[in-house]
Amino acid sequence: MRHIISVLVENKFGVLARISGLFSARGYNIASLAVSQTLDPAVSYMTIVVEAQDEKILEQIKKQLNKLIDVITVTDFTKKEHIDRELVLAKVAYSPGDKIKLEHLLSKCVGKIIKHKGDTAIIEAVGDHQQIRQLLEALGDLGVKELVRTGRIATLE
Amino acid sequence: MKMTGAQVLIECLKKEGVRVMFGYPGGVVLPIFDKLYDADIKFILTRHEQAAAHAADGYARATGKVGVCLATSGPGATNLITGIATAFMDSIPIIAITGQVKTNLIGSDAFQEADITGITRPITKHNYLVKDAGELSTIIREAFYVASTGRPGPVVIDLPVDVQLGETDFVWPEEVKMRGYSPTYEGHHGQIKKAAKAIEASRKPILYAGGGVIISGADKELKALAEKTNIPVTTTLMGMGGFPGGHKLFLGMLGMHGTAFANHAIMESDLIIAVGARFDDRVTGRLDVFAPYAKIIHIDIDPASISKNVNVDIPIVGDAKTILAGLLPLIKKAPDTAAWLKQVEKWRKDLPLKYGSSGKIKPQYVIEQIYEATRGEAIITTEVGQNQMWAAQWYKYEKPRTFISSGGLGTMGFGFPAAMGAKMGCPDKIVFDIAGDGSIQMNIQELATCVCNKIPVKVAILNNHYLGMVRQWQELFYNRRYSQTCITGPDFVKLAESYGAAGIRVTKKEEVRPAIEKALSIDNVVFMDFQIEEEENVFPMVPAGEAINRMIGGMA
Ligand SMILES: Cc1ncc(C[n+]2csc(CCOP(=O)(O)OP(=O)(O)O)c2C)c(N)n1
Repeated sequence: MRHIISVLVENKFGVLARISGLFSARGYNIASLAVSQTLDPAVSYMTIVVEAQDEKILEQIKKQLNKLIDVITVTDFTKKEHIDRELVLAKVAYSPGDKIKLEHLLSKCVGKIIKHKGDTAIIEAVGDHQQIRQLLEALGDLGVKELVRTGRIATLE
Repeated sequence: MKMTGAQVLIECLKKEGVRVMFGYPGGVVLPIFDKLYDADIKFILTRHEQAAAHAADGYARATGKVGVCLATSGPGATNLITGIATAFMDSIPIIAITGQVKTNLIGSDAFQEADITGITRPITKHNYLVKDAGELSTIIREAFYVASTGRPGPVVIDLPVDVQLGETDFVWPEEVKMRGYSPTYEGHHGQIKKAAKAIEASRKPILYAGGGVIISGADKELKALAEKTNIPVTTTLMGMGGFPGGHKLFLGMLGMHGTAFANHAIMESDLIIAVGARFDDRVTGRLDVFAPYAKIIHIDIDPASISKNVNVDIPIVGDAKTILAGLLPLIKKAPDTAAWLKQVEKWRKDLPLKYGSSGKIKPQYVIEQIYEATRGEAIITTEVGQNQMWAAQWYKYEKPRTFISSGGLGTMGFGFPAAMGAKMGCPDKIVFDIAGDGSIQMNIQELATCVCNKIPVKVAILNNHYLGMVRQWQELFYNRRYSQTCITGPDFVKLAESYGAAGIRVTKKEEVRPAIEKALSIDNVVFMDFQIEEEENVFPMVPAGEAINRMIGGMA
């Protein structure tokens, strides 16, 4: 099962390596990781999506994160009301005849065609996990040539 | 007052109470060594940086203070790694200071550059790369605080040479402020109450104590609890000395080479009170069948240790000494353990530790004799292998910090340098390294350090001409195919003498005790080469991955 954990850390040398090292040393898989500054430039905010089969592993992950000296707080979003978003940039097959179809698909989330050239369009879309999954499935029929995603970010309601 | 980074370092070390440190020089630490030349800190030049780290570790284990080691960048720093990892696994507070190339060369593959903060990240409690002399005093203060509080551990401070030379105002930070770090000492009161109730209601309780008891200094409270409630006590390897070895409630060590009676007792218990122990796989054996009838109370300062391996019913996070002191008065009536103690005593009688009596010297006998000759008052360090297990089984440790051994990492070559460190920390104590002929060869060069600095530790080499513990596994599980475990050694007596130390060879049982007495009377390092029974095994033994009451023989 996938869990979202947010971690507030000191914005210091080597912190990201410490966090990712903790996961790799214990054989835990990070599904996605997004890092940014907060309003306080001395503190960074990480949203980590992690794959954990059972509660016990999730507990260990949280405890081990908490043990790191540069970690200020760890919040598990799993059982809490939260909003999460992900940004996708994709190059999709495009012909003027597809335009309506593509725009219709994108209207189901926050998305738009940024640019098109020849037989390719670059689209952006923002949505929660469900929306992004549905969009990518639908885009699959059109033909996706390249795809980049930010990884999820999340905040408590 | 203006000072260079190197001066700041020395000032801070003095303020932290550092009187002795261990290490080895090199190009990028010359500014520090230059300042050490006039400083009032005893510097022990080891012959290998690995030994410096182990010596700092041995010093810390013996004294309870923070041990300090210093090495140059690159190869000097990487030579510390095994020692740092050893300290990390056993939660020992050491500070390792490493030199680093100039800040503007970092990342350029400069001469003797190694990314030491990167390399040590998974084996330190925390580490620092100092970029500016101005932040040095704060970092050192934090480093000592982090190393020695909560669950202790090693901290690395990587110090570029230009930072050592950089000028700064010296400011000693009175307070340490770290928002991401605040260890819990007080246990949760409600949980402690629950624990008291569970103890009162138990019929077959057992105390299972680990290294945390020694680290927190909870031995008196542990003894008081055991005596008040009549609960038998078993310890891990790291917990030896946390409960008096000769006490009638003491069952000895549990686990892979634990006593049969300790293993049976924990497997049959209805309540395990784990204190500062982490349910290591060498202790639990096969996890899914471990202690099937027991409720578990787990007292530990590290929340991540709780419910990591076994599910805990009553977790109490905090300092063992504080929690036990709080728990004691809450227990109003002792549980009725009379029948249980009778059962335990029957196991003790039926399944004692024992060894045979063939012609050759038995290693167990050597250890018993060391115990008698030192009246249990020595500090014993060990190497790793059979020697370590025999030292755990056959010497009675009455006091904390008298048994010093690499438990978590199992580092061969640890015991001799750790003995040097322990002796530097406790000069009035007899310090004995119990060694295998394989292990001693891993840091044998420290003979020079001992002789040169007059550190008169005694080394009892249990010489079986094998990598004994590995040979034992090959005997039992690989059909006696002794692949690469027959090891040759030098003439240990001559070797010791060539370094200016003393050497004694012992080939007969009758010579064992006189040799030990003689070694004790010599004011120098002594290597005792005990030619022991070559294929002696450590029993009982739980095969890896088996339930811990499925032991292979205690033979006779
Ligand atoms: C640095 C290191 N290398 C390898 C091992 C694996 N190992 C564990 S016990 C052992 C044999 C130890 O032999 P010796 O020191 O002669 O002691 P004995 O078991 O004979 O008492 C070995 C090789 C280890 N623990 N540490």
